[in-house]
Parts: sequence; C-alpha cells; structure tokens
Amino acid sequence: MSTETAGAPPRARVTDRSRSEERLAWRLVAPAVVVMLAVTAYPILRALYLSLFQYRATAPDDREFLGIDNYVTVLTDPLWWRDVWNTVLIMVVTVGVELVIGFAFAYVMWKIIFARGLIRTSILIPYGIITVVSAFAWQFAFSLNNGFVNGWLPFMDSDFNWFGQHWSAMTAIMVSEIWKTTPFMALLLLAGLSQVSGDMVEAAQVDGASWWQRLYKVILPNMRAAIMVAVLFRALDAFRIFDNIYVMTRGAQNTESVSFLTYRQVIEQFELGLGSALSVLLFLSVLLIAFVLVKLFRVDLAAARRES
Amino acid sequence: MKRARVNAGILIGAALLLIWCLLPIVWIASLSFKPVEETATGSPQFLPKTWTWDNFSSVFQNDDFQRALINSFGISIIATVLSVALATLCAYAIARLQFRGKRLVLTIALAIAMFPVVSLIGPLFDLWRTLGLFDTWPGLVIPYMSFTLPLAIWTLTAFFREIPWEMEQAAQVDGATSWQAFRKVIVPLAAPGVFTAAILTFFFAWNDFVFGISLTSTTNARPVPAQLAFFVGPDQFNPPVSTLAAAAVMVTIPVIIIVLLFQRKIVAGLTAGAVKG
Repeated sequence: MSTETAGAPPRARVTDRSRSEERLAWRLVAPAVVVMLAVTAYPILRALYLSLFQYRATAPDDREFLGIDNYVTVLTDPLWWRDVWNTVLIMVVTVGVELVIGFAFAYVMWKIIFARGLIRTSILIPYGIITVVSAFAWQFAFSLNNGFVNGWLPFMDSDFNWFGQHWSAMTAIMVSEIWKTTPFMALLLLAGLSQVSGDMVEAAQVDGASWWQRLYKVILPNMRAAIMVAVLFRALDAFRIFDNIYVMTRGAQNTESVSFLTYRQVIEQFELGLGSALSVLLFLSVLLIAFVLVKLFRVDLAAARRES
Repeated sequence: MKRARVNAGILIGAALLLIWCLLPIVWIASLSFKPVEETATGSPQFLPKTWTWDNFSSVFQNDDFQRALINSFGISIIATVLSVALATLCAYAIARLQFRGKRLVLTIALAIAMFPVVSLIGPLFDLWRTLGLFDTWPGLVIPYMSFTLPLAIWTLTAFFREIPWEMEQAAQVDGATSWQAFRKVIVPLAAPGVFTAAILTFFFAWNDFVFGISLTSTTNARPVPAQLAFFVGPDQFNPPVSTLAAAAVMVTIPVIIIVLLFQRKIVAGLTAGAVKG
C-alpha cells in the first residue's frame, strides 16, 4: 500500500500508542483470519495426513498406513492424466475465449453513451445466476429432444446428440462456463479500461494511429495489470470447474475434470485415503498454475491490487 | 464518416451483448411455460406451443424444494451477515492501522480466494461428521464464511481507503478512543461499501454447489442448487424438463431483483478492489 503512512507520522521508536494500535489491529483481524484458516489450512493438512492411509469412510477401523502408495496409484493411472488434460483444455479454451469476448464487451461498455444502466444490468445477470441454473439452461438448449441449438445452427443435423460424443459434450460444457463467467472478465477489464487516459488515446489518434494501432500500442499496454489479474483469477477458477460438468454430463463421454474425479472418489466412493491424495494433488496443481502465471506475468498481484 | 462507422460498431456490440446475456434467460423462462407433456415428447422449438403456469404450481407444492429455498435463504443470509461483520473489522485494520503482518493477512486472503474448494470436501466431510456439523446449517455457514471473507475484505479495504479519515482523527482529538472513532464516525461512512460487500457475499453463498452437495445428505440443510441437481420427477429416466426450468427460473428471480436494484453498487464493488495498478 503506497499511502501506508498517510495520517500517521513516521516513528523512530515503538511508542505506547503504536503498541496499542498494533494490539487493536490484531484483535480486529484475528477473527477473520481464524475463520479463513479453520476451513482451509486445517483440512488440507488433514488431507495430507489421510492421503498416507488406505481409508474408506464406510470402514473406518480398517485404516492402514500406506505411505506414498496412494500418490503412486493416482499418478500412474491414465484416468488422472486424462482428467488433467480435460481440465487444462477447458481452462485454456474458456479463458482465451472469455478474454476476447470479455474485452469486446468491456470496450462496448466503455464507449457507449446511452443505455448504460440497461447494459450493465444485463451483464450482471449471467454473473449473478447460479452456475447450476446456467448448466441446466445450456443442457436443455443442446438437448436432442428439447433443445433449440440444432434447429438454429444451419449446418447441424437436427438429430445430432451433443452429449453423445466427447468433443461436442466438451463444447457444451465450455459454452455454459464461458456464458456464465464472461461478464466477470468484462467488468474487471472495464475497470482496467477506465484507467487508460483518454488524452493518450486521442493524442495517438491525432498522430494518425489507426484503430488497431491505438488498441495494441496504447490501450492494451496501459491496462496490462487489469488483464493479468483477470486472467489469473479466471484461470484458477476455470481449473476448479465442477458444477457444469456435474449437471451436464456427470463426467460421461470422458468429460471429467480433476475436481469431479476428486468428488467422485471422496463422496460417491467413500475413498477418503485415495480421495485425500487427489485433494492434495489438486491443491498442488492450483498452486503450480498460480505460481507459473504470476512468474509469467511478472506482476506483483498485491501491488496490482494496491495492497501490500 | 469514420466516426459513424465506429458508432455502428459499438451499437452492434451492444446488441450482441444484450442477446448474449439475455437469450439463455429467455430460453429457460420459455421452457418453464411449456406443459410437461410437450417436453416429454420433445419440443425443440424455442417458444411453447401452449403456455401454462402448471410447472410453477407443481414446484411450489414440492416440499423438498420449499425446504431447500428456506435453507438457501437462511444459510446465505447468516453467512453474509457474519462474513461481512468480520471482514469489516479486518478491512478497517488493514486500511487504517499500522501493524506487522498486514501483508501476511492479505496474502492469506488471496491464497484462499484461489483455493480449490473440492480438495477440502474429503477432510471436511470426515471432520463435520465427527463434530456433528454434517447436514446442518452451521456446517454450511462456516465454509461459506471462509470463502467469502477474501472478497469481502478486498472490497471493503478498497472502499475504506476512500473515506475521509480526518474526521476520525477529529473525533479522536475530541477525546474519542480508536474504537469509538471507528464505531461512531467510520461505520456510517462505510455503510455503502459494507452493503456492496454483502451483496457479493450473498451471491457467492447463494451460488455454491460443491459444499451444498458434499456436506448435506437430507433436506435438513440441502440448499437450492443441490436440490435442483437432485430434482427427479416420478419417472427417473425422463426428468421433467419444464418443471426443472420453472424451479430454475424461481431461484433466478432473487438474483435478477438484486441486480436490478443494486446494479451500480455491484459494478463498483467488483471493480473497486480489483485493478488500479
């Protein structure tokens, strides 16, 4: 935070005042921190511990220490790698498409001078809607008996079953995901766009820069931080995809994601040991993606959010 | 000439945006007015052949769905109130006070916002059954609080930084303690930000599905999204598409009302904490 010391004079030594301020601060912060950690740090450590055992929830007494065997089981199973591939594919495609459409929408919201309220209200509806509802809406839209998609797309056979093949089922899932989350992307990009100085864009125009040149040389570089934060957040969110798959295919036609695989092992098969190993691996994957993206963008996320 | 072309582009963009956002909503609404018999035999056209309210009345008469609505409203509202209360205290300290570990608190919040929720359900499922929290309201309120706190903390910190803090100092000069200054001067000024954080928090809790299906087993605590996914009519192999659509429309109505009333606040909240790099 750049204005950290605003209002408070720089201190050379610890005074009673600053000590009591620190005590108050921790008293205010502590409840939130405790609640945040109680449901995340403890369970993930517990998952780490359980992942070392053969442990079924239906037979808790037969718990048996296995060491890293669960991890070996998962990592040598082609199912895991297939699901990782599906998840990464969904992440890359949805975030890529959302970035393009989201930017177009953000640009429209930035430029338009009338009906602003109507447009912003409309774009918030997909954002606020329940993901399960979005999944149902699109599942019915693509459905063989009750869907309008086959009828509206001139090149589709009217009896094409979208959920009958891998690629078409994946497409339907991605359409629902993209529809629901593009508004979030657009609003974050709009925040970035409104930081771009209008004078600079105008100056470039006066100097004879074309629309594309203005976009690539002036607008996009000046909203770099916004784009990166949006991509980072959406990428990690897309990697956790679960609701759409659960409702639309239940993982049929090889559309399972890593999250869905974990859910299936833990809740449907009661395999807490193996499921915990999957949980830990899922957690590490997200950590790895976050790390790679942050390194790749060379952006201090805290600085981008003006918090440090 | 050129200007007119750009404006036409924006106009087309705006039209596409509206179609994009509203078409699926109109579709699910249209579906909810189709008679059950029509969808059972297949009705690929966009609008119903005959319109009916029957789906809505059968959803209303469904006890499980009613129960799920009560659960969802209750759990989401409790989680929102508690989460925003804790986040307000936390954001005040971050925006206003000097203390070691400020960066740590923000890093924890950031890490939790990115946490893969599904990786927690195994251990939580186990732990909640031991503690007797499985399939209860508190069993869902607690995880909802943990996962909405980061968003609430950021939004509120961003809002709090815009508040004229001289007023707080003036109150302190007049003899108020830090706590009194916080309660009597800052809380009223911060109310709009708190309200925005509450809306975003409510959306999250209302939308949750993973915890909703994993940590409940009966209608005792099962929220609406989970109930929708389990919704099966009398014929298990032929789910009542139009009845499901009616249920989906009903749970979307609160969202639309909130969006219509508070559009400005939500946009401000989503973008405030985000990106002013």
